[in-house]
Amino acid sequence: MAVIRDVIPVFELYQPASIDDAIKLLDKHGTDAWVLAGGLDSMDWLKDRIKRPKVVVDLSQIRELKGVREAGGGIEIGAMTPLTEIVKHPVVREKYSLLMEAAELVASPQIRNQGTIGGNVSQDTRCWYYRGGWTCYRAGGNVCYADTPTALNREHAIFDADRCVAVNPSDTAPALVALDAQMVIRGPKGERVINAENYWIGPGIDITRMNVLAPNELLTAIRIPSTMAGAQFYFEKVRDRQVWDFPLVNVASAIKTNGATIGEVRLVVNAVAATPRRLKNVEASVTGKPRNEETADMAGRMAVEGAEPLRHNGYKIPLMRNLVKRAIRGAGATSTT
Amino acid sequence: MAALKLVGRNYTTPDLVAKVTGQAKYAEDFRVDGMLFARLLLSPMPHARVKKLNLSAALAMPGVKAIITADDIPAPAATVTDLGQTIQANMKGERALTSEPMYQGEPILAVAAVDELTAIEAIEKIEIDWEPLPFSVDPIDSLRPGRPTARLEGNVWVRPPAKPGTPPPPPEVQNLKWTEEELADARDGRLPMGKVPDQWTYGDLDAGFKNAALVLDETFVTPNTSHQTLESRTAMAYWQNGKLFLHCSTQSTVQTVASVARWLHMDPNDVVIISQYTGGGFGSKATGTHTSIIPALLAKKANRPVMMRISREEEHYIGGARPSLHGRMKVGFAKDGQITAIDMFVVGENGPYEPQGDTAQSGRIVSLLYQPQAMRWRGVSVLTNTPPRRAQSQPGGLQGIMLMEPLLSKAARKLALDQVAIRRMNAPEGKAQFGPASPQGTRAHATSSFMKQALDRGRDLFKWDERKAASGKRQGAKVRGVGVAMSTFVAGSVGFDGLFVIKPDGRLYIQSGIGNLGTESVSDVHRVSAEMVGVPWEKCELTWGHTGRNLPWSCVSGGSQTTHAHTRAAHAAATDAIKKLQQIAAKDLGGRPEDYEVANERVFRKGGGAGITLAQAAKRAIELGGIFDGHELPKEINAFTKRSATALAGQGLMGVARDSYKHDGATHSFVAGFAEVEVDVETGKYQIVDYLAVADVGTVVHPNALGGQVLGRSMLGIGHAIGQKWVYDQHYGVPLAKRFHYNKPPTILDAPRKMAWEALDIPDPETPVGARGIGEPPVAAGCCAILNALADALGDEIFRRAPVMTDEILTALETGRPTQDPLTAHV
Repeated sequence: MAVIRDVIPVFELYQPASIDDAIKLLDKHGTDAWVLAGGLDSMDWLKDRIKRPKVVVDLSQIRELKGVREAGGGIEIGAMTPLTEIVKHPVVREKYSLLMEAAELVASPQIRNQGTIGGNVSQDTRCWYYRGGWTCYRAGGNVCYADTPTALNREHAIFDADRCVAVNPSDTAPALVALDAQMVIRGPKGERVINAENYWIGPGIDITRMNVLAPNELLTAIRIPSTMAGAQFYFEKVRDRQVWDFPLVNVASAIKTNGATIGEVRLVVNAVAATPRRLKNVEASVTGKPRNEETADMAGRMAVEGAEPLRHNGYKIPLMRNLVKRAIRGAGATSTT
Repeated sequence: MAALKLVGRNYTTPDLVAKVTGQAKYAEDFRVDGMLFARLLLSPMPHARVKKLNLSAALAMPGVKAIITADDIPAPAATVTDLGQTIQANMKGERALTSEPMYQGEPILAVAAVDELTAIEAIEKIEIDWEPLPFSVDPIDSLRPGRPTARLEGNVWVRPPAKPGTPPPPPEVQNLKWTEEELADARDGRLPMGKVPDQWTYGDLDAGFKNAALVLDETFVTPNTSHQTLESRTAMAYWQNGKLFLHCSTQSTVQTVASVARWLHMDPNDVVIISQYTGGGFGSKATGTHTSIIPALLAKKANRPVMMRISREEEHYIGGARPSLHGRMKVGFAKDGQITAIDMFVVGENGPYEPQGDTAQSGRIVSLLYQPQAMRWRGVSVLTNTPPRRAQSQPGGLQGIMLMEPLLSKAARKLALDQVAIRRMNAPEGKAQFGPASPQGTRAHATSSFMKQALDRGRDLFKWDERKAASGKRQGAKVRGVGVAMSTFVAGSVGFDGLFVIKPDGRLYIQSGIGNLGTESVSDVHRVSAEMVGVPWEKCELTWGHTGRNLPWSCVSGGSQTTHAHTRAAHAAATDAIKKLQQIAAKDLGGRPEDYEVANERVFRKGGGAGITLAQAAKRAIELGGIFDGHELPKEINAFTKRSATALAGQGLMGVARDSYKHDGATHSFVAGFAEVEVDVETGKYQIVDYLAVADVGTVVHPNALGGQVLGRSMLGIGHAIGQKWVYDQHYGVPLAKRFHYNKPPTILDAPRKMAWEALDIPDPETPVGARGIGEPPVAAGCCAILNALADALGDEIFRRAPVMTDEILTALETGRPTQDPLTAHV
């Protein structure tokens, strides 16, 4: 069969109006079904004719999946809420500006208008071999084309590679982990709520998936508790272009200080591994220390311990080190993107 | 010309409203009754042969109306130039479809069906047995002993010598291999300099190096970059009464006729090209696109109109790209910065098809721009199994200047000289000579160069000295740097025609055979005619974009030719009309023709005596016939124009002439670029704070269009500095960076925060209006001002290839040396 990478293949389209109906459809069609949120990830796969679902379940008609609500002292964001709406939301801006900053640095204005928070956190990796239709481990094959002696892997992982060296490209994911968010997941058996940092899974657990969602499950909402509301936040994304680009590395930190020293801290880096990387060791080491250059420097060095670069991505080590340093150092450093 | 009302002033171009309101129709916007849609099957391999092709399942689909393969494509035919010279066909050149693909993504066959989905599903039903063949996607690797070559017979084009009195034979492919000894330099990351087929030299190179106070020897690599035109090369075709009507995307309306006729073995009189709007070309659509014959052939086979839309991914393959140059420059400097000698060695990446001129052009441009006392150029263009290379804005010039500019900046630092001063000292001036001597011992020279004035103006406007004092100082993680760069490129051709008719309604009907690819020269140049015959622009009607509408022979809008070529042609046609108007006035009102002048829509006795309106003169021209209304035409006009003028004869007073004005020298334009960057040394990210381009382009014809070109093309160059590139997996020979977010053309937010342009507006002495072209020279100025500013901020040991991105900066800062390998292609 000759290969052609254009024009979306024929599929059956369902546009359920409720979460329950969507779950029923997913449960019925199983692995034949594809969940369509904002479409920014899906359309590439479909238009390239690499993913060929028999059924597409479009979530755009489900009202209960949209909007930001105040709940339990924090907020709950429907998974289908467009990124632009999150960026503009007054409570997000006031208390959780870390998420606002992260969401605002996603892709481009047009993509943020269409792209959803659920889609942004659940998107597939952008490894150019995998997205190009190569039959790699992640695509069900038995090779990682990005990890051969001649492979081009500038944008790939420096941590936790396990056969696959692809990274998680989400900008909002590390912000959500830093904000101690929870993911609300609905399936045929009901609802489960997990901590954001447990939402993503590496290749060692399942090499064909980026997150815990089973084929018949949906991410319905993201809850952000008040734990880190109004803390000192730092977000920075380094990318090749100033707009419409994925992170080479991004960093998110939320810090509460006790007088002159760091009290509670959550520190997360993304695009260095298949999952957002929460730096618990660094968090523990900086707690109780003054928020200064020395602490920041120590945090940066500690953060990259154990990193294993590939042939073309060694720069991610100093980049991550310096971004972590800035995230701990905080004010004074301005975001470059 | 007297005080100018039109030339040098801004106006609303006749295509503007349609463009901004979306009414402008590009090739893809046309629909015709019964139209089919075509799609392409592309090669999945970098080099292979089709062993067996089974189309039966595809043809059995009800919606499939025709399939064509390489067998349906006419063989390459010889070109007969306008001067009657025959250029023999290269039988190994690129064709619209092939059964031996030379790169991944090369079109193999095309399917026409009732809609695109059917065409695509049909393609997926086609079975092909492939025979994979050896391939190479790296020019240096291909020169190594025992390594594969792009073609079975070798890796370089060599042109056999022509026999006296016969046209030059087509080039042949030969196998060039360097010895291990010749390759030894590669071990230290320096470009090895083995045997190459082409070289030239002038001056005493040895003495130049001997007398030098400083000699630098640097290896550098320029990127391969896709043209990234906004409009992909979509085409739609149908046939009526044996004539082909082709809606396509092209940089030349009239010259596309001959290309399409040659590709299809047709009489040019049976080809009608329709292209009122083209969404950019940058050299990749020079005389149309060879794939545009695919819908024409399918339309013939299916006996229905066929639209072939080209996807962005397809455009990345068939649209072609700028060839990279791996370069090694050895340059000698006197203590005061004077360049005493340049020894330039380049290996170009040619792609699999027609030999590209970039390698040779790089030497000529370096020779003109830096005026070395002695110079040697050596080069070879090596075939690879990557998409075909095509001219891209400033072809060869950009690459040559990229090899030279960072080195010049380094020299200035080592000699403790000012960056503007070292350039000013070496810059061309006036009728500067360049390139090697001809067999007669003479060297080519520019028509004029005011490069030094451009540097002086820029130095003032940019506040260079002030900014220089602040550069290199670190504030927190940020450090700023300033850079200046010079650039030049060819900027004008001669010998084309102007054609217009003043009709009895008093209006000026101008015919334009120029392609409308966004530069506005399609209309700008004709303001010269209107100015000279005294007709306000509101009373001018421009016809363009349809070869069935009697257009004159016009240049291709490539090589920055048009403004120069067609202000000349417009001047010639207006001069012709003025003579005719004077003759009519003398006939009717008495006196000698030279007693009359033309202005304000009238021809009248000098000093304000008796006269008639242009409307009346037009009526008289029809009555008089002969030369006046186009029934008799000048002998020297081009054949294409003759046909068009004949069809327009009898409608009014015709202005028609060929540009035969004197022209001493080779026309070039010049640009000085000034940039300031701010680098974050903790992330390797940088921003371009400010950019200024000062252009020496002769007389300014249309300021807004000129500014658009200067800044737009500066951005094209800046893309080469900051991120645009190809990425290939060498083991599999296939591209990986096929999406915009992978191959990274610059976005609006990557543009300098501030951007400005200025033109010297000094007329070129070798052309009557004084105007030269501008499309190309801003490219290298933009690119190299950024590279030089980066080196100013960070030091000389950061990069050895462009683009310069976060990873390169960070690793070089970490290790204290440039870490990227300058010999491997496409990383």
